[in-house]
Amino acid sequence: MNAITAPTFEWLQLAPILTVLLAACIGIGIEAALPRRWRFVSQVLLFELAIGVAFVLLVMSWLSPKDNLGLMAMNSISLDGPSYLMWGALLVFGLLSMLVFAERDLNDGASSFAASAASVPGSAAETEASLARHEHSEVFPLALFSLTGMMVFVAANDLLTAFVALEVMSLPLYLLSGMARRRRLLSQEAALKYFLLGALSSAFFLFGMALTYGFTGSFDYGRISDAIADPVYGRGLLYTGMAFLAIGLLFKIGAVPFHNWVPDVYVGAPTPVTGFMAICTKLAAVGATVRIFYVGFGGERWAWQPLVAVVAVITMAIGVVVALTQSDMKRLLAYSSISHAGFILVAVVGATAGVTGQMNSFGSILFYLVAYGFATVAAFAIVTMVRNQAGEVHEISGWAGLGRKSPLLAGIFAVLMLSFAGIPLTGGFIGKWAVFSAAWRGGYAWLVLAAVAFSLVAAYVYLRVIVLMFFAEPADGVVVGRASGMTWVPVALGALASVYLGLFPGPLLDLVTSASTFLR
Amino acid sequence: MTFPWLTFLGLVPLVGAAVLCLPVKQIARGVGMVFALATALVGIGVAVLFSGGADLAEKAPWIPTFGAWWAVGLDGMSLVMVLLTVLLVPVVLLAEWKLPGRGRWTPQAFVALVLALESMSVFVFLAQDVLLFYLFFEATLIPMYFLIGGFGGPRRSYAAVKFLLFSLAGGLVMLVSVIGLYAVSVQLTGAPTYLLDELMKLQIDPMLARWLMVGFLFAFVVKAPMVPVHTWLPTAAEEATPGTSVLLVGILDKIGTFGMIKFCLWLFPEASTWVAPAMVVLALISILYGAVGAIGSKNLLRLVAYTSISHFGFMVLGIYTFTSAGISGSIFYMVNHGFSTAALFLVIGFLISRRGSAMVTDFGGVQKLAPVLAGVFLMAGLSGLALPGMSSFVSEFMVLAGTWARQPGVAAVAVIGTVLAAVYILRMYQRTMTGPVSEDVARTFTTDATAREKWVAAPVLAVILLLGFVPNLALSVIEPVAQTTMSHVGVTDPVAPLGEEAK
Repeated sequence: MNAITAPTFEWLQLAPILTVLLAACIGIGIEAALPRRWRFVSQVLLFELAIGVAFVLLVMSWLSPKDNLGLMAMNSISLDGPSYLMWGALLVFGLLSMLVFAERDLNDGASSFAASAASVPGSAAETEASLARHEHSEVFPLALFSLTGMMVFVAANDLLTAFVALEVMSLPLYLLSGMARRRRLLSQEAALKYFLLGALSSAFFLFGMALTYGFTGSFDYGRISDAIADPVYGRGLLYTGMAFLAIGLLFKIGAVPFHNWVPDVYVGAPTPVTGFMAICTKLAAVGATVRIFYVGFGGERWAWQPLVAVVAVITMAIGVVVALTQSDMKRLLAYSSISHAGFILVAVVGATAGVTGQMNSFGSILFYLVAYGFATVAAFAIVTMVRNQAGEVHEISGWAGLGRKSPLLAGIFAVLMLSFAGIPLTGGFIGKWAVFSAAWRGGYAWLVLAAVAFSLVAAYVYLRVIVLMFFAEPADGVVVGRASGMTWVPVALGALASVYLGLFPGPLLDLVTSASTFLR
Repeated sequence: MTFPWLTFLGLVPLVGAAVLCLPVKQIARGVGMVFALATALVGIGVAVLFSGGADLAEKAPWIPTFGAWWAVGLDGMSLVMVLLTVLLVPVVLLAEWKLPGRGRWTPQAFVALVLALESMSVFVFLAQDVLLFYLFFEATLIPMYFLIGGFGGPRRSYAAVKFLLFSLAGGLVMLVSVIGLYAVSVQLTGAPTYLLDELMKLQIDPMLARWLMVGFLFAFVVKAPMVPVHTWLPTAAEEATPGTSVLLVGILDKIGTFGMIKFCLWLFPEASTWVAPAMVVLALISILYGAVGAIGSKNLLRLVAYTSISHFGFMVLGIYTFTSAGISGSIFYMVNHGFSTAALFLVIGFLISRRGSAMVTDFGGVQKLAPVLAGVFLMAGLSGLALPGMSSFVSEFMVLAGTWARQPGVAAVAVIGTVLAAVYILRMYQRTMTGPVSEDVARTFTTDATAREKWVAAPVLAVILLLGFVPNLALSVIEPVAQTTMSHVGVTDPVAPLGEEAK
């Protein structure tokens, strides 16, 4: 009889994930145990503390002389340089975007979330709940659960763990999307749409897993890679599996043709949640995609590279061209986020491996995501601040003349737009340079040309916003709300980081290129 | 470690721009002028140090992963361009002293933007690292965009966007080549580098070199503006304030011709000789098209913009006929054109500020009412048509002489441009300054040139005359650059056909 070995679990190395998970669980306890008036404050303190502690633990583990790299939790988590970096980025952007959740000064003392999400919009129950000043402080534990899922997703070393993480990350987001205080029907529609399409994409992912398992006999990325090198069956099974997995992942990234949910969900979801999704979900999805396709399917890159290249081109094309015609700020940012997904895929296609001191694909992708992340967090935070009587002003025409009403805020937004457009002296430019060079060195110079052409169209999209803010007559009834530090901190940090990364990208570039080796 | 003079030179105006972000409403212009003059002084100091043989180059790692350096350095060509920049900015600030603000676009914002632009332009000319150059090349667009869009005529917003989109299109194509250079340097040397002098040593595959060169050249052709990608310039010049136009045409557009020499010729010598015939044809088209456009212009600002397109044609012609006289002449032309266009734009600005219109037909007989203004206008115009005695004559002659030595036929066609120059300048003068005084002109031209306006015109005209009579002041620093360029490209001066006959 075989002895049963107890599973091992590296508590110390996985402490950052566990901290976030634990805080999410405590958050649920707070909802159950504390009186209503204490909940919001304690939830805010809790998530700030938890993410802060998780970040410190992460840095300590990273800096500790002991070699903390390796496969953890019975080979299901791969703790390597990319995992550390992705976790760090997720924690930073998670914290910044969740701060905006906690803003209550803009909305007469209420948050951006519905007073009672379960009641029918416009019903007496809803009015009662909002008069009683109820609020859903569950949003914080929900976001923390989602963050846990993201952290596991980017570090998962087998498809099964990745799938569980994908669901842990997505389910809270479906809920969060439906909780907007204003325009509730739109928000609920967005949540339903996101849920149905998300479930469909999960099904694709699951099916892809099954087929890949059929070909390789394992869920483990390393074993998949070995099986590809030494195949037993015909490759048809593998290609179909790869395609289905790719569909599931590209859906989360928001790449064309799986992008249709993005504009509707971004518009319908409460703006702070949109910010959270726009950066954290994208980080997690791109991180997992890169790991699965580089580590697991790296041996088949000649098969997937051309396809991803085509997806990248149409993603950039649809993203920028449709963004040209938008009249709604959140929709514009949604299409902009789609086009950025395309630019990131350009680097994914390059798939250049790391040589010390030189750029490689993973490093350029992560740098791009960080630069994009800072700009995105700040941009969505600013969207919450531009308001009229009915709440946030999403029509772009309402933003006219913002430069006269609040030069500071409009100036910051202009910097963010320039960073999105990839104009030099902003982080966005260095990011563009990095992803383009990765594609060029991967042998895809033509893709760089296409990407550059779309960059020009994209620049026009962002330029229109700047023109409107600075050179148009101010719109009536639109004011810049007086926000608390909860909104201003992400705005200020996002703007400063965008400029800093444009001027002194060296340290971050060194970091992302030095720690870009995947373990398997 | 010696004092980093060049970085200091570029930072002075930037600090000025930062200071002007503080609320200093009343004294904003004064503060800006102090910083502009300080920059000019530092610039002259740097020139003295340079001619004394000091090595001013600075080099510090900036983005090691990209192989990019904070590398600034000086050669004859960048020196004259930097001097042009630092001398023109105070003049522009003085000329726009009375600029009315509009809403948030206060005079203070104007001065701050001009200083920021000055800083970036100085770094563009000093950069010895391709990525650094690219960065500032693109960065200059932002202050210029706001200068056009914030302080111009009724269609300023359209003009600003058109300017930015054209420049960005050129810049992005160049970005592809910049990235390509990175890939090439990694491939050939094993480590990335963007340093100009190291890239110049690389033996790039000829086919690839041509493609990369075309990327750079495209950006410079848009920037310089050459026909057919020139359309943004007349629009921008028409809508922008004259001071902005001086900075745009006098300084920023020179980055185009400057870049052709420094990046196309130096980095890709073989590819540059390959593209030369096409560039010569484009240059000829620009010369003639610009001249004809100027003759047909009804708007004074548009007219000057078209004359510039013609003049840029001459500069490009000088570069791509590969003679030392042509290249030196071309670099000298960049300087002279900067000053003579500045004179024209600024005087036209004074005329517009009185008359309230830039249309040629709205003027007439001004010289009877404002003889000093008319005199200055005439001087500026004559400089524009390259009259002997003016500095532009020397450079235009050198370009034509160089072209003649290589391709007499081309020179013959280019000479038509000088004839047309006389037509557009003299016709402009005749229609605005001479003839009967209309009622509106009599009503609006109540004062002749004020003291401030004289102080604007005097230094510019003085430089034009000085360089016209003693061109060696500039040529002595320019000629070594032309010689190095020639030897790097691997061409020698042809013996002039006339000389051969004489043997």
